Amino acid sequence: MKVFDLETEGLRALNAALNEQSVARDHAVWEIVSPKGGHAIAVGLDAPLDVTVRGSTGYYCAGMNKQATVHIAGSAGPGVAENMMSGKVIVDGDASQYAGATGNGGLLVVKGNASSRCGISMKGIDIVVHGNVGHMSAFMAQAGNLVVCGDAGAALGDSLYEARIFVRGTVESLGADCVEKEMRPEHLKILEDLLQRGECDAKPEEFKRYGSARQFYHFNIDNAY
Amino acid sequence: MTDDPKDGIPQTVPIQSAIFSNAANAEIRRAAATGIYDIRGGGAKRKVPHLDDLLFLGASMSRYPLEGYREKCDTKVTLGTRFAENPIELDIPITIAGMSFGALSGPAKEALGRGATLAGTSTTTGDGGMTEEERVHSHKLVYQYLPSRYGMNPDDLRRADAIEIVVGQGAKPGGGGMLLGQKISDRVAEMRRLPQGIDQRSSCRHPDWTGPDDLEIKILELREITGWRVPIYIKVGGARPYFDTTLAVKAGADVVVMDGMEGGTAATQNVFIEHVGLPLLACIPEAVRALQDMGMHREVQLVVSGGIRSGADVAKALALGADAVSIGTAALIALGDNDPRWETEYNKLGTTAGAYDDWHEGRDPAGITTQDPDLMARLDPVEGGRRLNNYLNVLTLEAQTIARACGKNHVLNLEPEDLCALTMEAAAMAKIPLAGTDWYPGKPDTSY
Repeated sequence: MKVFDLETEGLRALNAALNEQSVARDHAVWEIVSPKGGHAIAVGLDAPLDVTVRGSTGYYCAGMNKQATVHIAGSAGPGVAENMMSGKVIVDGDASQYAGATGNGGLLVVKGNASSRCGISMKGIDIVVHGNVGHMSAFMAQAGNLVVCGDAGAALGDSLYEARIFVRGTVESLGADCVEKEMRPEHLKILEDLLQRGECDAKPEEFKRYGSARQFYHFNIDNAY
Repeated sequence: MTDDPKDGIPQTVPIQSAIFSNAANAEIRRAAATGIYDIRGGGAKRKVPHLDDLLFLGASMSRYPLEGYREKCDTKVTLGTRFAENPIELDIPITIAGMSFGALSGPAKEALGRGATLAGTSTTTGDGGMTEEERVHSHKLVYQYLPSRYGMNPDDLRRADAIEIVVGQGAKPGGGGMLLGQKISDRVAEMRRLPQGIDQRSSCRHPDWTGPDDLEIKILELREITGWRVPIYIKVGGARPYFDTTLAVKAGADVVVMDGMEGGTAATQNVFIEHVGLPLLACIPEAVRALQDMGMHREVQLVVSGGIRSGADVAKALALGADAVSIGTAALIALGDNDPRWETEYNKLGTTAGAYDDWHEGRDPAGITTQDPDLMARLDPVEGGRRLNNYLNVLTLEAQTIARACGKNHVLNLEPEDLCALTMEAAAMAKIPLAGTDWYPGKPDTSY
C-alpha cells in the first residue's frame, strides 16, 4: 500500500502520481492522509485503484472518476464524484451539495446524509444515500438511479428525464413533472441490487418509486410558465 | 386620393406607425394566435452601435505606414499564457466559436475543423460533446464545459487543446439553450444521454458550482485532471463586462471570451436575443479596462465575439484591446448558410435568403443547422472547409492591410489611438474621440 501525506507532498503531486497509475499500475492500493478538507483530491483517476482518504474532503473529491474505488473515511464537500464515469465512491460521513452531479456511470454511496441537488443532471450514475437528501435532488436527472433510504427534501426530481428515484422515507414535495410510479417486480429487482451494492440493509419493499411524467418533453404553452 | 387640388379636399396619406410597425403587429398577431413566444436562431437583428461606427485614421504626417504587400505584419497570437503548460498558438487572431454538434450537422462540424486547420486556427466544440469529425479535423480544438455537461467525459477533456467554461453567451446572458426534438437524432440523443426526439433544454447555470469563488475551485479540478497542460478559457455573455472580466480573472482564467449580443445561438426566445445583453462595442473597452486595472492586459488574453464579419471588424476589435476574435455566424455563412442559391426553398419555409433563422427546426436548406440526412448531404465538408479557409484568409489579409496602413508590424499593435468614432454613442462606448474632434463623450476634461 502506498501512503501519501497530502499536507507535506501537495495536491499536484498526489493527482499526478494517481494519474500515472493509468499507465504504470505499480500501486493498486493508496491511502491519503491529512486531506484536511482539501479540494480536487483524487480527481480524474483512470485505473482500478483502491484509494482511501483518511479524513474529510473539500470540493470535487473523486471528480470524473473512472474504474477506481475511492473511499472517503470522513465527510465530502460539494460535488463529490461529479461526472463519475465508472468505479465506486463511498463516503462514510455526509456529502455536501451536488453529490454525484452529472455522473455518467459507477456507484456513489453516501452513508450519512447528502445535501441539496444530490444527483443533479445525473446521466447514468447510481447513487445510494443511507440518510436524507436535500432539496432539488435529481434536478433534470437524465439516467441512472437515486436511492434515498431516508427522507427527500423539496422539489425532488424537478424537470426529470429518465432517471429513477427510490425513496424509503417521506418526500417533502415533488418537483415539476416528477410523479410517483408503480413499483413493479423489475424495479424491486433493480433496487435490491442497488441496496446490496450500496451496503444498505433496507428492504426494497419499503421504498416508493418516482419518475418523470414525461409531460415536459415537448415545448407547449402549458409548459412555458 | 392625393393632396392635388384637382382631387378635391387634401387628405392625410396613410402613415405606418414606427412603434406599431408591420413587423411588430405581425408578432402581436402571431402571439395572439399561438399563445407562445417566438423561438429562433442567430443573434440580435436590431441595429445596435457597432464596430461599423468606428473608423481607422491611417498613417499621415505623424505616422509611417508599412508597405502593403511586402513589409512584415505578423498575425500570430498565443492564447493561454498565464498558467497553462501548453498555450494555444494560432497563425491568425480569428478563431471559430463554439457551435454544438446537434445544432450543426456532423459534416458542418467537419467543415469548420477543416477550414480552421487550413487557416491555422482553432475551433470550439459547443454543447453536446466532442465529435470525432471535429477532433480529427481540428488541429486545435477548444472543448466547451457547459452547464448541461452533455457528452462531458475525462477522455475528451484530455484530448482537448483548451477548455472553455461557458458561463454565458451574448445572445442570451442568463439563459440556457434549447434543442428541439426535430434535431435530436439517435446519435445526438446518445451523446447527450436523452430520449430521442424530445425537446431538450440546456440549463442556464452550472450544476456543481455557483459564483466565482466556487468557479476557482472548479478550475482547479479541471487543471488537476488535465495536468495543468491546457489553457482554461471563461466565456461570458456581454452584460457587465468590467465585473465579469474581473471575476473571471480572479477565478483563474487564462483567457476571457467576451460575447456580444450580436453573437448567435442555435435557438432561444426572440425576446431574449433582442433585449438582453450588450453590443460587443460596449463590451470590449470595459473588458480591457478591467484587465488593465488588474495589470493583466495581455497576461490574460481577451477573445471577443459577436457580429464580426470583415477584416475591418477584426482590426477594430484588436485595436480596442482584444487579443483575438471569434466568429460563428460568419463562419456558417461562409459555409453556405442563407445562400441565395436556396431561395426557392427558403420561400417554401416562409422566409428568404439572409433572413432564415429557424435553425432550431432542423430544415435548413443549406444542410448546416440540421440532422436530416438528405439535407446534411448538401454540404460537402471538404468544399466547406476550403470556403472557410478562404474567408479566414481574407479576414486576415484585410486586418493586415489596415494594420500596415496604421504603421503596425503586428496586428496586435493596433491601438485605440488609431481609431475615431462616427457617432457619439460609439465614441462614448469605445472611449475614443468623435471623428474630427478631440472630444471623448462622457470623459471629463476633454474638449467641448
